[in-house]
Amino acid sequence: MNPPDKTQRNWSTFFIEALIRLLGFSSIGFVLLIFLFLLQEGIPAFFQVPLGNLLSELWYPTFDLYGILPLLLGSLLITLTAILIAVPLSVGTAVLVREAAPPWVREVLKPMIEALAGIPSVVLGFLGMTLVAPIVQKLGAPTGLTAFTGALILAYMSMPTIISVAEDALDTVPKSYRDAGLSMGATKWQTIWRVVVPAARSGIVTAVMLGLGRAIGETMAVMMVTGNAARMPLSLDSLFRPARTMTATIAAEMGEVAHGSIHYHMLFGIGLILFTLTFIINLIAASTIFKKRKKGGLR
Amino acid sequence: MQSDFIYAHKVSPQKQGARLPNKKERRATKTIYPLFLTLLIFFLTSLTACRSQQVPGEGDDTTSSSTQTIENKGSDTLVNIALAWAEVYMEENPDMRISVTGGGSGTGIAALINGTVNIANASRAMKAEEVEAAEENGITPVEHVVARDAIAVVVHPSNPVEGLTLQQISDIYTQKITNWRQVGGEDRPIVPLSRQSNSGTYVYFLENVVRLGNKDSDLLFAPDTLLMPSSEGISAEIRQNPNAIGYDGLGYVTDDQKVIAVAADKGEPYVLPSIETVNAGTYPIARPLFMYTAGEPTGDIKVYLDWILNEGQVEVSRLGFVPLK
Repeated sequence: MNPPDKTQRNWSTFFIEALIRLLGFSSIGFVLLIFLFLLQEGIPAFFQVPLGNLLSELWYPTFDLYGILPLLLGSLLITLTAILIAVPLSVGTAVLVREAAPPWVREVLKPMIEALAGIPSVVLGFLGMTLVAPIVQKLGAPTGLTAFTGALILAYMSMPTIISVAEDALDTVPKSYRDAGLSMGATKWQTIWRVVVPAARSGIVTAVMLGLGRAIGETMAVMMVTGNAARMPLSLDSLFRPARTMTATIAAEMGEVAHGSIHYHMLFGIGLILFTLTFIINLIAASTIFKKRKKGGLR
Repeated sequence: MQSDFIYAHKVSPQKQGARLPNKKERRATKTIYPLFLTLLIFFLTSLTACRSQQVPGEGDDTTSSSTQTIENKGSDTLVNIALAWAEVYMEENPDMRISVTGGGSGTGIAALINGTVNIANASRAMKAEEVEAAEENGITPVEHVVARDAIAVVVHPSNPVEGLTLQQISDIYTQKITNWRQVGGEDRPIVPLSRQSNSGTYVYFLENVVRLGNKDSDLLFAPDTLLMPSSEGISAEIRQNPNAIGYDGLGYVTDDQKVIAVAADKGEPYVLPSIETVNAGTYPIARPLFMYTAGEPTGDIKVYLDWILNEGQVEVSRLGFVPLK
């Protein structure tokens, strides 16, 4: 294993380490550059558009009405509903795969869940439009293209992320916890829900946050199934009415805008808001990871 | 980004366990080394390969003028006609290459302003600020009417409503009328569908139907209006939703949608859109379709446009649009 020339080896080690370090730091650099670009293109919007216009309820960019509230609330409504649907299903699946299922079931389920993550969002959007929307309409909505339809598709899309991260979190709970639970006379069910899942709580929170980040940034499927009506989702029936998200707005309108116009800057401004939101969500997710590490983990 | 996080999470338990000895790490580096070297070499060679390929490529553009390319982009309403024209024309003139893309009138006009296309297709006239932006870039856009289009108002086949006045359609899209009962239909909520705001059809419909052609009007589509990303989005929703009302180019209306007869005003006759009614000027929602060139067309582009205005009109009627003569 030892090469003849020690200095040569040191040099190549140095070179490789520097290269890897450079590549590692470059990702931080790219995020910074993207952020700076977003700032440069998006900040002018907040100066060019008066605050009253910006915080109004009307998004009609063709007529210089840039109220972002319907878009912001639309995104939040759809994303939060999606997470509410996805979390119980995903945590349940993670518990099944990690704790309850016999090994052969786990062997089948794991790759299937990973395959879910690989389905292109356009395909899901198409399925949503042709299969899910008619069902939602049968529930009594005037149209099948609603915030709820979008939330269902988004829940489906964020599930693989939540399941695999939550599963890893359950995996880090040491065997001694389970043994202790069982030896105290608890059933397997009680051990799972009262000992193992609470012990993995912070990891599960991370999973939910990452799923949230995944859901809020999704564009194509949402644009196809939510109806894109920029209405304020404040009434009680809003979930079963159409809604418009920030991502769909950027995707639908970016092709049209003249470079450098207010509308152009405004779309980047929305991008900036989205970036900030996902950044905060990821920060919360990361901070729970770090907190756990500092405490020395749960094992 | 998401997979990064999962990865980091998976690695962390190992890190917290026994710290791996340094030696092992170095051995790992050692095995990666040749891999990196090959990657580096591959990268460098591909770079040089690219450069050497570029030189003949540049030469091609300037020397061989045997095949001419016309870039044609814009309106989704026009894209099918533009494609048909390009196909037939290229068959007759094998030396010509015409590339047609859609994306919306605004997209095509933006491309013309930026000088990246020869012909922009638009289902609306250029706005004053777009002409200004073009002139700032040293481009004088020239307008050519190449066909006519009627906008059909469509509903689900089971909807008993036969005809609407322009005023009623305007009220539906501004949500002054929210139930089909108010216009003689069943007791159902109305779900108005529209194209996205980058569609020329959107702007035309807003100005001529929602605002009834009144320049001072500041009526807008109600916020509840569903903005569909494509013509197909509208027809799919019309097909399955008995509450829906939509509008789209006559060329896009399929047999499984019901076309509403439109009256210009109360007391006027209700007219169904057809080639005859549009040419006769009796159908109230019809419009010209445009092609824009940068400056007066010359050479191949002029020949192509002349062909479109004469022989090409056959394709227009074949696709359900309205030919000029």
